[in-house]
Amino acid sequence: MAGSKAPARPLSPHLQIYRWPLPMLMSILHRITGAGLYVGTLLMAWWLIATASGPNAYATFGGFINSWIGQLILFGYTWALTHHMLGGIRHLIWDTGRGFSQSEREWLSLATAVGSIGLTVLLWVVGYLSIGGAQ
Amino acid sequence: MTEHRTPLARVRGLGSAKSGTEHFWRQRLTAVANVPLTIAFVLIVVSLLGRNHAAAQQILGSPLVAIVILLFIGSVTYHMRIGMQVIIEDYVHDEVAKLALIMLNTFFAIAVALASAYAIFKLSFGV
Repeated sequence: MAGSKAPARPLSPHLQIYRWPLPMLMSILHRITGAGLYVGTLLMAWWLIATASGPNAYATFGGFINSWIGQLILFGYTWALTHHMLGGIRHLIWDTGRGFSQSEREWLSLATAVGSIGLTVLLWVVGYLSIGGAQ
Repeated sequence: MTEHRTPLARVRGLGSAKSGTEHFWRQRLTAVANVPLTIAFVLIVVSLLGRNHAAAQQILGSPLVAIVILLFIGSVTYHMRIGMQVIIEDYVHDEVAKLALIMLNTFFAIAVALASAYAIFKLSFGV
């Protein structure tokens, strides 16, 4: 290649340059949220074991999950769960051979993004309202 | 040296198709199961928010809730084990490291499943 004339045609843009197609971003997020949910099952196991162990262990878990860092993790976990679930449903639709046209791909990907954020906010509003009711 | 085996006999059992479709199918099977089970699990968690230990103990140990959570644990840990194995196979190309991580992945999934299920059984049977 050295010394050869530069081709008189545009080079293919690399990942950092071109705008990420939405389905690609959703695909990457599907894997990342899946990995996050994997690690997050430790939180579920801790919660169940703490409840089974007794009031002290339950209070320790409560202290963590009600702290700002605990709430942040739980909020992220809620979003990861809703995103991975909606993304999974999208994949199940694709498994049937449907939804592959340009507009359908974009629509399904947008629905995953908007739906997961909407569901997360909804769950947290319901969650905080239900705490008010329980006390 | 003369090859006595037929071409088909030589390739049987080789290649990525050893158990590829089974893996794919189980991923989808657990994915479908996860949808209603996750919705049920989230509803259970929301109903438990802000409750004291006695209430949480009673609700988590009640038969219907316990059964739903056990099904959730089984389906989710199986699903995540398959999913993480795919991630490992995609990014780890050293054969020894790959096999070690795939083993660890199975250990993790089984440990989480068993620990969570044990907690539910303890809550249900009160021992």
